[in-house]
Amino acid sequence: MTDMTSTSTPADMTAKVETPFQSFRSEFFESKIATVALGLLGVIILLAVLAPWITPQNPYDLGQVDVMDGRLAPGSEAFAGYTMWLGSDGAGRDLYSAILYGLRISLTVGVASGVIALLIGMTIGLVAAYAGGRIEAIIMRIVDLQLSFPASLVALMLVAALGKGVDKIILALVVAQWAYYARTVRATALVERNKEYVEAAQCLGLSRARIVFRHILPNCMAPLIVVGTVQTASAISLEATLSFLGVGLPQTEPSLGVLIANGFEYMLSGRYWISIFPGLALLLTVVSINLVGDQLRDVLNPRMKK
Amino acid sequence: MTEPLVEIRNVSKRFTKRLDVAGKIARRLGANIREETVHAVDKVLLAIQPGEVVGLVGESGCGKSTLGRVVAGIHAASDGQMFYEGRDVATLRGADRRAATLAIQMIFQDPFASLNPRMRVEDIIGEAPRMHGIVSTAELSDYVDDVMQKVGLDPSLKRRYAHQFSGGQRQRIGIARALAVKPKFLVCDEAIAALDVSIQAQVINLFMDLREELGLTYLFISHDLSVVEHIADRVAIMYLGRIVESASTEEIFADPRHPYTQALLAEAPRLDQRRRDFTPIKGEIPSPLDPPPGCTFHPRCVRATEACRRIVPELKAGPDGRQTACLLEHGDAV
Amino acid sequence: MTAVLEVSGLKTHFFTRGGVVKAVDGVDFSVARGEIMGLVGESGSGKSITGFSILGLIDPPGRIVEGAIRFNGEDIAQASQQRLAGLRGNRISMIFQDPMMTLNPVLRIDTQMIEAILAHEKVDRRTAWERSRDALGLVGIPSPEERLRAYPHQLSGGMRQRVAIATAFLNKPDLVIADEPTTALDVTIQAQIIYEAQKLTKHTGTAMVWITHDLAVVAGLADRISVMYAGRIVEQGDTDDVIDHPLHPYTVGLLGSVPSANKRGARLYQIEGMTPNMLALPDGCAFGPRCGMRTAACAAQPDVEDVAERRLRCFNPQGLAEARP
Repeated sequence: MTDMTSTSTPADMTAKVETPFQSFRSEFFESKIATVALGLLGVIILLAVLAPWITPQNPYDLGQVDVMDGRLAPGSEAFAGYTMWLGSDGAGRDLYSAILYGLRISLTVGVASGVIALLIGMTIGLVAAYAGGRIEAIIMRIVDLQLSFPASLVALMLVAALGKGVDKIILALVVAQWAYYARTVRATALVERNKEYVEAAQCLGLSRARIVFRHILPNCMAPLIVVGTVQTASAISLEATLSFLGVGLPQTEPSLGVLIANGFEYMLSGRYWISIFPGLALLLTVVSINLVGDQLRDVLNPRMKK
Repeated sequence: MTEPLVEIRNVSKRFTKRLDVAGKIARRLGANIREETVHAVDKVLLAIQPGEVVGLVGESGCGKSTLGRVVAGIHAASDGQMFYEGRDVATLRGADRRAATLAIQMIFQDPFASLNPRMRVEDIIGEAPRMHGIVSTAELSDYVDDVMQKVGLDPSLKRRYAHQFSGGQRQRIGIARALAVKPKFLVCDEAIAALDVSIQAQVINLFMDLREELGLTYLFISHDLSVVEHIADRVAIMYLGRIVESASTEEIFADPRHPYTQALLAEAPRLDQRRRDFTPIKGEIPSPLDPPPGCTFHPRCVRATEACRRIVPELKAGPDGRQTACLLEHGDAV
Repeated sequence: MTAVLEVSGLKTHFFTRGGVVKAVDGVDFSVARGEIMGLVGESGSGKSITGFSILGLIDPPGRIVEGAIRFNGEDIAQASQQRLAGLRGNRISMIFQDPMMTLNPVLRIDTQMIEAILAHEKVDRRTAWERSRDALGLVGIPSPEERLRAYPHQLSGGMRQRVAIATAFLNKPDLVIADEPTTALDVTIQAQIIYEAQKLTKHTGTAMVWITHDLAVVAGLADRISVMYAGRIVEQGDTDDVIDHPLHPYTVGLLGSVPSANKRGARLYQIEGMTPNMLALPDGCAFGPRCGMRTAACAAQPDVEDVAERRLRCFNPQGLAEARP
């Protein structure tokens, strides 16, 4: 063991090496569209979070809503004295306020159902990948069965059975979406399971649980995050669809879908703003999440790496 | 002879691609599909003495990596027994079993895939000793430093991730990870094949230093004859899942007996051979899904006789004590 | 001998986020008709980028920033893609480590080979088919008629590489660039491929650049050897000269670290340190930090000098006395 340490500290190890996060960050911002989308998404989330402090009206508080203000055009002055920049809806709610509060609900429903579905799907997918054999076959046939129905149909049937309400629609969305996560995790875990670092962990006598959760799972996160963003966007539009059809959220909890539905009957009478503005908000939210998701996929996918 | 450190007896490893439900139905309906079985390793005998370096040489698909993984406990053998210090590994339980698992470690070919990209070097090396209570949590940091120094890595880099190191350094991390559980036996599966030429020499030297310092025993799997010739005491040549010749390194390189060994030695490129005119052996390695009958090498063998097409030669000592699996050597090729 | 290929002062740089990678930084060599030039180097030495530069296959962020690539007298370093496409597969061919880089997985072998001929020549399909069949026979493929009807995935790795080689030689090119064509193959298959390649160059008079990391392969194959380190050729000469009497300390170290050059069981001669980081090359000689012969002079960049029948970039060549005067 004479001169072996002489081969250590080579010159360029002292040079700055990018951490995975740093290189991820700079690669993400290489796309201008994704950067803009992320910025827009940030603004949307910020507006939704700050809604109670930056809106002139709380659309849930019936005391603040005046029916006399109903269907006012954008820019009109409300009875209470403030300007309704985006107009008002049939019940006299200020649309700007209603949209921000609606965003809160839509985002909550989307993110909550996304996270819960991710946790459930991830666990089931990992179990399938690690157990193998009959258990895997049974789980994956259930996943196939679920994925062969359109998510909107599954959700529609569930809400019809469960009734209205935020908790019930989140439950419906979780049931409609867990299978996507399960399939993604299983596919990734099967690839990771055959890599040499997992074989090394086996050699080192580490427990199965440790290998699955500490070694395989962290390496499955990249595709999960990508699927997660895309599924969150689709959960938001799915919720809007259900609410638009009148089976999602009740009038007392106006999500973007409810607002669009409310304004729909006035579309032909020229009062376009009641539907169009909530629609635009929904569109911007979903598109920006999807653009961010696309870029995440490109950056996190090792096969796309140069 | 002393008791072997590791011994495998008649070990076979088969991989079967099972039919799924659709396949089974299709077969019922008369479709020509069957379960495909690959005999990756076929009734291999190998005993390795303490302190010995055994080189396992063969071409891709010969089963040498699978055999290494069976020895390292990654794959369970389909048949046969494996003994560690004279005890059948399959019968070991509890602490004995763990001791046998940790005593045999593996060094992998790919310095990129063999390290978990989400872990810091200190966790890659320190995880197993901590989980198995080899060192206390308080001493872990010093222990990791110690192991890193042993393989020629600067301990101040232990907070880094594997991707921040070069290929040669990653291979050292993989070696440190194995050494951290105080093994007695290392299975090196093409451990230097993916490294640059100038780095290969460094890692070979490291293996030899560790052997001297820690009294390690090696199963050194490689396709590179010159590396095996340099480092091994004994060499086993594999072809299509079987060992076809086994002898001391001097004997095998000075006087190869099996026609396949002779071909390998003749055709490996060497620095001292220039623009030579030669005719390489014909054909390719047959598919292990459908191996030829008799001696699996006979379709490529220039000396093959009628008997070679029928009889499967066993690995046994010839008249002069040399171990080969060749009918010609045994005088059975009539 | 007339040079088919003459590369002079070639510089190919990559303009990446982390800085400029000077992958090829002043490379000169030439290859004559029927000659095999071995281009040897470790990962990151620029040997493959040199090959890609000659083929005009450098994509952004990389580009050829300087130098000339004269092919039969014509400088193709800055030639249009149209001109290069006309040369590639016709007068210049390539063989890669992965034969699937040149074979299309969804087309039969005969379709691909016949198209390769018809793209550059006006012959009838029957003639093209016959030539394809003969080409396969020439690289030692048994029953070529049958193999012509196969898809690439139906062939083994060694067989595919043979098909790729046969395709590369179909139009009797003046130059073939072979980038690690046997690295993924087994010893016995490698020996067969080297044997076929040698036969073909003799047969057709094609010039060949054989890019590899394996000195032992080129020792048995090439007429001349160029050893690359960090984007430059550090030593260039006849195979026998370079292998038997290396002058550059890097070549000396590479040859010395090969196990067969050492005593069995003894510690191998080793080059210290790591292969260089192309983004953080030292000033002066790039091999300096790893070199046992380093002197104060090495802080400057050594130029190419003609020493003992060799082209060398070194201030302190080793073993000059034993080399051919």
